[in-house]
Amino acid sequence: MAEFKVHRVRFFDYMPTAIRAMAFNPRTERLAVARADGALEIFNFADNYFQEKVIPGQDGRAAEALCWLGQRLFSAGLNGEITEYDLENLRPRYTVEAYGGPIWSISSNSQGTLLAVGCEDGTVKIFEILEERIQFQRNLDRQKGRIISLCWHPSGTLIAAGMMDMIKIFDAESGRATHRLLVERGVGASKSREVVVWSIAFLSDHTIISGDSAGKVQVWDGLTGTLVRTHLVTKWDVLALSSSQDESSVVAGTSEGTVVQFQFLSSNVSQQAKEWVRTRTFKNHSHDVRGLAHTDTAVVSGGMDTQLVVRPLLDKVEKNTQESALRKIAFPHRSLVCCAKKAGLLLFQFHDHLELWRLGESNGHGSPGDSLPVKRKPEKLIQLKRKGEDHISCSALSPCGGWLAYSTVTSFRLYRLQNNTISVTKVSRLPKDLRSAQQLCFSSDSTKLFASSSRSSVLVVDLNQSECKYLHTLRPKSGSSQPVHLLCVSEDGKWLATANTDCQIHVFNLDKLKLHCTVPVYSSCPTAIAIHPTNSNLVVVHADQQIFEYSLVQKEYTEWSRKLQKQGLHPLWMERDTPITHIAFNPKNPAHIILHDTFMFCIIDQNLPLPEAKTPLYNQMTLRSLPESERIMHSHAFKICKNFQHLLCVRLLEDHSLVVVERPLLDILSQLPAPVRQKKFAT
Amino acid sequence: MVGHGDIRVVHRGGSKINSRQPVITQDSRFLLCASGECVKVFSTSTEECVHDLRGHTDAVTGVLLKPSNHLQVYSCSADGTVRLWDFTEGIHIKTYVIGYPVYSIYASAHHEGVIFVVTPMLNDKRSEVFQLVAVHLPQSGDQLVEALELSAVLSDVSSNPSAIGFGKGGEFIASAKGLHLEVFFFKKQKSYRFSLKEDNKKGGKNTFMCVACHQKEDCIATGHEDGKIRLWRNFNHKKEYTYSTLHWHHSAVSSLCFTPEGTNLLSGGLESVLVQWRYNQESQRDFLPRLGSAITHIAVSPDGALFCTSHSDNKITIIQSSVKVSAVIQGLVKGESVRTDLMVDPRSKSLVLNGKPGQLQFYSLQRDKLLYNLDIVQQEYIHESGLEQFEVVKAAFDASGSWMATVEERNQKAAELELNLKLWAFDEQTQSFVLNTTISTPHEARITDMCFCQAADSQTTMLVSTSKDGHFKAWQLSAAAHTEDEGPSWSCDFVGAYHGLVPERCCFSADGSLLAVSFQEVVTVWSPASWELLTTLSQPPQAIRDLCFGRLSCSKYLLGTTASKLLCCWNLLTCSLEWSTTMDVSLLLADPLTENMAAFCFQAGGTDLFVFKPSEPRPLFSHKAVCSGKVTRAIFSPREEMLESCEESSQWLNRSQLHFLTQYMDLMTFTTKAEEDRLLASSRQLVVDDSVAMTPFYLLLGKHRQQDTEDAVSSSLSSDTVPQSSAAIKQLLQTPAHVMPSTSYLCSMFVQSLLISVTDTREENKHAEEKMDSEEEDSEEEMEPSNPRPQHASEGGPEAPALTKAQLRELRRVRKQDHSWSAGFL
Repeated sequence: MAEFKVHRVRFFDYMPTAIRAMAFNPRTERLAVARADGALEIFNFADNYFQEKVIPGQDGRAAEALCWLGQRLFSAGLNGEITEYDLENLRPRYTVEAYGGPIWSISSNSQGTLLAVGCEDGTVKIFEILEERIQFQRNLDRQKGRIISLCWHPSGTLIAAGMMDMIKIFDAESGRATHRLLVERGVGASKSREVVVWSIAFLSDHTIISGDSAGKVQVWDGLTGTLVRTHLVTKWDVLALSSSQDESSVVAGTSEGTVVQFQFLSSNVSQQAKEWVRTRTFKNHSHDVRGLAHTDTAVVSGGMDTQLVVRPLLDKVEKNTQESALRKIAFPHRSLVCCAKKAGLLLFQFHDHLELWRLGESNGHGSPGDSLPVKRKPEKLIQLKRKGEDHISCSALSPCGGWLAYSTVTSFRLYRLQNNTISVTKVSRLPKDLRSAQQLCFSSDSTKLFASSSRSSVLVVDLNQSECKYLHTLRPKSGSSQPVHLLCVSEDGKWLATANTDCQIHVFNLDKLKLHCTVPVYSSCPTAIAIHPTNSNLVVVHADQQIFEYSLVQKEYTEWSRKLQKQGLHPLWMERDTPITHIAFNPKNPAHIILHDTFMFCIIDQNLPLPEAKTPLYNQMTLRSLPESERIMHSHAFKICKNFQHLLCVRLLEDHSLVVVERPLLDILSQLPAPVRQKKFAT
Repeated sequence: MVGHGDIRVVHRGGSKINSRQPVITQDSRFLLCASGECVKVFSTSTEECVHDLRGHTDAVTGVLLKPSNHLQVYSCSADGTVRLWDFTEGIHIKTYVIGYPVYSIYASAHHEGVIFVVTPMLNDKRSEVFQLVAVHLPQSGDQLVEALELSAVLSDVSSNPSAIGFGKGGEFIASAKGLHLEVFFFKKQKSYRFSLKEDNKKGGKNTFMCVACHQKEDCIATGHEDGKIRLWRNFNHKKEYTYSTLHWHHSAVSSLCFTPEGTNLLSGGLESVLVQWRYNQESQRDFLPRLGSAITHIAVSPDGALFCTSHSDNKITIIQSSVKVSAVIQGLVKGESVRTDLMVDPRSKSLVLNGKPGQLQFYSLQRDKLLYNLDIVQQEYIHESGLEQFEVVKAAFDASGSWMATVEERNQKAAELELNLKLWAFDEQTQSFVLNTTISTPHEARITDMCFCQAADSQTTMLVSTSKDGHFKAWQLSAAAHTEDEGPSWSCDFVGAYHGLVPERCCFSADGSLLAVSFQEVVTVWSPASWELLTTLSQPPQAIRDLCFGRLSCSKYLLGTTASKLLCCWNLLTCSLEWSTTMDVSLLLADPLTENMAAFCFQAGGTDLFVFKPSEPRPLFSHKAVCSGKVTRAIFSPREEMLESCEESSQWLNRSQLHFLTQYMDLMTFTTKAEEDRLLASSRQLVVDDSVAMTPFYLLLGKHRQQDTEDAVSSSLSSDTVPQSSAAIKQLLQTPAHVMPSTSYLCSMFVQSLLISVTDTREENKHAEEKMDSEEEDSEEEMEPSNPRPQHASEGGPEAPALTKAQLRELRRVRKQDHSWSAGFL
């Protein structure tokens, strides 16, 4: 492996926000996650839990509940509005005011025709789902007290609603309340406090399962309205419930950060009579579990501690496979850091502002592993607050450090930076077509700006000293409606590659401003693309960790790529659970490809043989101990460095020094509010 | 044990009662537990041992009620047999010969005629691998049956009996070993195996410790090393099994038990807390804390009314299901080692040694019962590993038993040794020892030996202690100096040293006129009256290990053993070496009642015993290989009554008994053939005919019966027809009302006393039975020495004239031999 001077950056105070709600669509295997800042994330569970889409949030719009209806996604929040999202353009499609005060819950019937929302004023409002919109149909009987949770019976005739101190069952046809189930309050001091039924599940055998603020999970018979069973799960609140598709298992998330599983088991092997039995307890969170989803093979949970945890159910998956491993998704699967290679500047993207930093300098020389003395400390040059209510969706910094651009769902802004005097000037006259962008990218000579917009099209904008001019719109032939999530320009400015969530990769010839070729579509979504500066090969890494190299000149996979596919990647490489988020090339050695994910960065040497499945993949330490002559024999193409953890970005600067941006999870954890008090043994 | 002449080495008293799970009988009146080579039957209400079931020739490894007959019990033993008993009568019914050592026994009501035992692998003589074997019990009338029909059910099971359990309706059997749980379904003849990971990242250790099955539902509870309890369900699926986890214990769960209806789960472990979990409502649990020491086994009575827990300090606690302790059966507490020597309390004739941490236990060997514990340290003992706490390391009694000295030490770091010498006076009123004087730091360094002046007639009591600091100190009782209300206390009288050498042993002569202190290889003899160094005796090159004065006619001899495998005998009159012999004596001790001395010699991995008189060249008795390993603790305890043995080799046992501790902390003793026969005879009569527990009331009533029979005998002899019930009537009228049993009982007894003839046929049957039994009884059988009845007899009431032992014995012999006397009444 080559030696690099490394800028170890830890001043990016990236803080993910808490997970508020979750909804899993079993048909498309997509999980929608709503965060406290209003952002919405879509994870593709069929494709290695890849974070496909991120819809940026908006001030004052935080989803309290989410609901899938086929391919459509609805959210409702305490602002009293129901929002449907445009998943192709990554923005809200429309919002409908429910006129019932804050909305606590949203639920659709299994037929997909009606949507029920539970409001603060005690009404359950039914909306009819139309092709393009939703339309208010009627109110169910108004109750005293707010409707906290809602669940439709699978037949669509009954709705169970969790309220304060009680659960009501409504007849969806007549709108009358048919049963009132009183929920017992907690014991002791909490006796005087109302108990909140935070979550409710209505199963097809008319069993109602409720989780409440007294820490109980209760099983009710919905036909007779009687309590069947009470499980005291925690001293604090049970916040979320989720049942499996086959209704044999229910999970409950608590304020203690535990997820408790209940299973519908027959108490005697030979008999058919079954009952709900508390079985496993998972403790993967330090804070409240607010969102829960029970997939066929796993329990997905998220909450205040901002991490998304996929806990496989070991009785449903094959042992010792990739599927059976616990997964924690802490960082976004896209880059929030932009690096100006030539100027040595870093741009950090937050949801409400941008930060521009200049890297520190050091003139010292040291042996590998030493930390060099810092001559000039890194300094924050600019903090740029966004305008408007919408959160920043993407941003870019030109390689020369002279241009800065960011976009929200409604607006696009371009700034001219004077590095010497540290001044920012907004470029006021922008092309009309450049309204908003999903991805931004500058060409390496900083003369062009590429902005992807709807239907996978890319706008090319020419940048002059002070003004910008619309040049062209590149459109792929296939006309995919999915958004572009990766943009990449070759070093010589000849090629532009785009990747969208339909897994398509298009390469445009910028000289001719037209589509050059389309890379054969692979089943998994690309997570990083890059074009080699000298031989114009396109390197693509997919969510399932596969690596491809595609020659743009020959329009076919290269020899090395074929060899790699033939031999297969090392099993340990395939087992990594974070996607590769960036690819770079070493200008000193054209055979070197530099990749990184959250936990390692790797240099692939295309000249060296590929590792066999049996050879150790992580062999840097053993290689170092070997004498020079034997190293060649044992070395293989993958040189992996795990010295840096929780990586958000690894970039190679013009002067061959590496910039490594770390964000230790402990730092994130320390900024979280204090969790609920728990008695710990021996304290 | 190798028979040697007619003297045998036997377990007698003080065996473990906590080695296996105890069993409570169907009616909750008795508790059966394995104890050494016998099964003890205790009364659950009075804690008294009702009787022993003797017959096994090796350690009993399991007790189990026969599922089809709740009045019979199986016991299995490492001797390769399973025996069936009638425990109410104490009758041995059948012996099934398995042929392999049996380590535990299981049975289910749904498997008629089959018992399940754990034996070593049939084809594998290595003792580490065990298998569960189904034994089909042959239907045969014979007493000794060979069980040939063995079929292996599960291979590679744990030898720990609590790691296997029968499930609901005997449908399956669950066995846990290491990290695997195996469930075998009998109907399908299929087993499912579930494994856990060795340990998770949080440091939990998942090794299975014990298994319990719910009797009404399909649920298996397993206890784990890290204190977790898992409740397994759906275990008839290879993959879709599931379990829930309960966690309260902080260290390994050693025992689990479901109540018969399955409403509660009981668990226990090192914390010495019994935890009661509500089944299906596991967040609710009840605790019974402060049970004294770690729980090793839990058992529940078949009706669920009583729980009992075995504890690591050889104790069984009986607990009512309202989680209240109702009775405690305490055995001899044996720790890792006995720091104090074995001693005999001169007053109670009980064995005294370390018991619970910081306490001394007084254990009656005759009654095989713990009398009481004396808290020496008087500090709370904290159950935590790695914590250095005060320990009693030395104790000594004076000749009359009115003073006791104890030394406790705490060695927190090598530098700071904390020592306390405590002197305890016997208080006649409370009948226990009361702390008189505490001397903190009596010596600069560890105390090596301590002894009281043993002279019975001396005016002042004197205590001598030797220490590693190079001094020996004499302590004497002196009158209180300051105020009147303080009684006399102990103070230092003399500090002696000899050339700066370290004193190791000290010993007073029998009359208290001489004190011998060994300083490495030199023995110094002092006069305690004037503290004058009389003479020195030396036998280089090695240091003296043990020192002992001869008694009675041999009191002119001083015996010592050296580390160079030499036993020396000095004549104090001539101050010269009388004789010496080469043997590696690990322990030398003198019988206080005779001139005999016993020497335990360590040789070739075993220990030999020699009993000799210092004046005679030939040993009185020698026994090769009494046990393996070194014997370091032994004691002569005086007998309650002398034996009249005339054989030369066993005469030394006439007045005292010799007890010793093996390296495995087993208390062993020597017994003669005559003694065993006597015990056998007495225990036959002690079989309680109506299974009444041995209560004071029983003793009172039992006495009436004896009197009745005595009257009957006398009347039969004199052919006198004076009403025999007069004594009973007198008793009835004179006994204070508050000690009387219920009127209904007395009434029937009163009526019975008028109708003598009713008992006769029954008694005759019983004797016939007994005769039959005694014929089949193994002659090697060991019997419990005696029963508390004679002792209690004197407590019963002053009116009734107590029978002497000899009279009683005579009476029984008459009863046994001659039944014709009863004919006169018919």
